[in-house]
Amino acid sequence: MSRGHVVSWKVYLAVFAALCVLTGVTVLVTGFDFGPLNLVVALGVAVTKASLVVLYFMHARYSPRLTGVVIAASIAFFAILVFLTLTDYLSRPWPLTVAG
Amino acid sequence: MPEVAADAVAEEHAHHHALQHHFVDLSQQREAAALGMWVFIAQEVLFFGGLFAAYAVYRNQYPEAFSAGSHHLSWRVGFANTLVLIGSSLTMALAVYSAAIGKKNRVVGFILATILLGSVFLGVKYFEYSGKIAPCLGDGPHAGCLVPGEHFDAAALHLEGAAGGHAQIFFSLYFGMTGLHALHMIIGVPILATIAFLAARGRFSPEYHTPVEMVGLYWHFVDIIWIFLFPLLYLIGAH
Repeated sequence: MSRGHVVSWKVYLAVFAALCVLTGVTVLVTGFDFGPLNLVVALGVAVTKASLVVLYFMHARYSPRLTGVVIAASIAFFAILVFLTLTDYLSRPWPLTVAG
Repeated sequence: MPEVAADAVAEEHAHHHALQHHFVDLSQQREAAALGMWVFIAQEVLFFGGLFAAYAVYRNQYPEAFSAGSHHLSWRVGFANTLVLIGSSLTMALAVYSAAIGKKNRVVGFILATILLGSVFLGVKYFEYSGKIAPCLGDGPHAGCLVPGEHFDAAALHLEGAAGGHAQIFFSLYFGMTGLHALHMIIGVPILATIAFLAARGRFSPEYHTPVEMVGLYWHFVDIIWIFLFPLLYLIGAH
């Protein structure tokens, strides 16, 4: 499949429209205060947008499974980076002080 | 090597100028290139990841200062620039599509449109930066200076004392993250221009347009970084 998978241009326009709408949504939701959930909502919209770009603009949906493995590994290592950093910082006194 | 297979390889080589001799066929060559590009992007995720981790640590410690810093940024400008960048991803996707169906002139046109939209984004970024940097220059007063350092104007953010210092951390991350993102776009523009030049010279076809696809992957990745930066920097807390 050296040509790759050719998707109709209408798919790209639909994804573009969805991305524009979601950008509007991410701004509109700041008009409401969900408390600690503000960050969750903002990141939820951003992850949705990023998924659309990866799946359709970057053709991940039509790519070999190996591509999916690399994408999954990339997300997993990013999660390890942020998660382990936070478990460390959030379990220490702040500001950081030198012992002794 | 059996004679038949050798003939087949020789034929394949004779058939396409873009096929490098260490690949069996164009399909294998394209998949190898795509895998390499995706691994590069995975590395880029972790390259930006350190900055996102730092952001998570400091935003958790100083939510008020981050909120004050974020409210000082213009969400309208960030919103408009987000649409510009998404538009450039659309034109990039259409350039790859045009290459896949063999429309040479459209490939060139869509890549030039991508460069134009990318330049608009960088131009807006220039004006955003200069509004924060210009007041820091000269002898002062430095009202409105938002570059972390001795001239940083915490009063412009309605912050006092230690909170002013915490807001400097926000702006350090703002300049670091948006700056690294902008650097990626600045690197992307001459690559796009090169690909447009090669497309105009007729180097790509439905069978072989891997370079157009690969620069497309890079450009879309840079778009994704901004999709996260926009809410994290411009839209903290309720407006």
